[in-house]
Amino acid sequence: MSSDTRVQTGGAASAAPPNPFDPRRIREEFPLLTAKRDKPMVYLDSAATSQKPQAVLDAMTRYYGTCNANIHRGVYGIAEEATALYEDARRVFARFINAASPREVIFTRNSTEALNLVAYAWGRWALKKGDAIVLTPMEHHSNLVPWQMLAAERELELRFIPLTGTGELDLAALPGLLADGRAKLVSVVHVSNVLGTVNPVQEITRLAHEQGALVCIDASQSAAHMKLDVQALGVDFLACTSHKMLGPTGIGMLWGRRSLLEAMPPFLGGGEMIREVKLTHSTWNELPWKFEAGTMAIAEAVGLGAAVRYLDALGMDHVFAHDRALATLTMEKLADVPGLRVLGPAADRRGGVVAFTLEGVHPHDIATVLDQSGVCVRAGHHCAMPLHEHLGIPASTRASFHCYSCDEDIDALVTGLHRARAVFAR
Amino acid sequence: MDDLFRETILEHYRNPSCQGSIENPDLAYEDFNPLCGDRVRMEFRIVDDKIAEVRWNGHGCSISQAAASMLCERIEGRPLDEVKAIDRDEVMEMLGIELGPVRLKCALLSLKTMKAGLYGMTTDEEDD
Repeated sequence: MSSDTRVQTGGAASAAPPNPFDPRRIREEFPLLTAKRDKPMVYLDSAATSQKPQAVLDAMTRYYGTCNANIHRGVYGIAEEATALYEDARRVFARFINAASPREVIFTRNSTEALNLVAYAWGRWALKKGDAIVLTPMEHHSNLVPWQMLAAERELELRFIPLTGTGELDLAALPGLLADGRAKLVSVVHVSNVLGTVNPVQEITRLAHEQGALVCIDASQSAAHMKLDVQALGVDFLACTSHKMLGPTGIGMLWGRRSLLEAMPPFLGGGEMIREVKLTHSTWNELPWKFEAGTMAIAEAVGLGAAVRYLDALGMDHVFAHDRALATLTMEKLADVPGLRVLGPAADRRGGVVAFTLEGVHPHDIATVLDQSGVCVRAGHHCAMPLHEHLGIPASTRASFHCYSCDEDIDALVTGLHRARAVFAR
Repeated sequence: MDDLFRETILEHYRNPSCQGSIENPDLAYEDFNPLCGDRVRMEFRIVDDKIAEVRWNGHGCSISQAAASMLCERIEGRPLDEVKAIDRDEVMEMLGIELGPVRLKCALLSLKTMKAGLYGMTTDEEDD
């Protein structure tokens, strides 16, 4: 269980997080969670965005205070320092997901942009009329809409791996979806942001590659919660986002297999992504900069680097075990709330996400009652409208966890739910 | 926020007024809030430029449903020009609560639906 691939924090990041893993002590390092306010902060919306440890805030402040300069071109001291920090973040993240090379890591704005990069740069280049893309009904809109747009443009077919009654993928159907050889890509969420389901990426990859299809995974909900190894997973593209990983907003990551990234045309055109520009044509920079047009989110990259070091020092196996323990506890406690139905599979098949419906009380009303006691949960369709339609519900309420979530947070949630029932019981 | 679920709102939510439908309505319109799936349909019978009858149905949170109930109660029997003049301030006064930007959409869904129905078109007036 112990991963302990400890990375020395070095000069760019501050103190290592508490070890052994203790959420109460970890929590102390997140200023937003410990700030004095009239009611205690019970933050159960980490699947939407995580809170940030002091180490991340410090790294970004230090960057702006000591070496803010544009990267890659300036030859003066602080420009070189800034470039070194930016590229250090790329290396740290590449190691974190066991990429073969940092050149396979491309910075984007977020997961959505990373997935759009695959759709526009790879998809437009590789797909032709009549080809198919295999998706699932549990996708976040970010791994659905770019493919719908591309499908309309290129006359592609979208196919969907069906769901089982427990909210898992019915993989028995996948070989059939791939059999005619027209499916060129399977793009799947790694951990569902609603059901919490951890999808069997290795098995999907095996089946897809057998039929010559590539695999892209949306790791938005997994990158910050479990050990990822892109080489072991065997996938071809992986998208994730810093702000769910204890890092800042404004920066996301696309990892891609080097041979693919080399072969693909660029995504956005502009500064930095070029080697040579003439008035009427240009040649492209090498990886990864071929895909990074314009001034990137430098301070955010620095913050991401600090966040990844923080997660690495916590140990991703510990983080995942903690998420799962909280999901288990939550599901046990929610089972005692009358009229409550948890969406998705059993706790031992999911990550740190528990979404539910409560008979007679609309999710918005639940979230508002919970807010009155300082409990932050998400209510709505969580950018997964087709999934909610599939489940036959307009919306759900979702509690989600991270390394700083504690048992007491779950107690506050359950107390609030009983209160919501009392207010709204018809 | 403590009186967000004040008793009148809960009362309308539990026992809504004017709920149902009208056979062959003169005007009808349905709208929804894509954020949370709240849905309201309103049907009108118009006689002599008055709202002779209004019925609504839908589903959603207490605020969206109570607002629909209270709004229908308020407009039935009144002249069209008066009803068309109802604005967001009047709805917020009617509900008697203060709301953040997300829940505001719930509160104003029925007003938006009513106006679109009565004008026979959608308006962006309440969207800001």
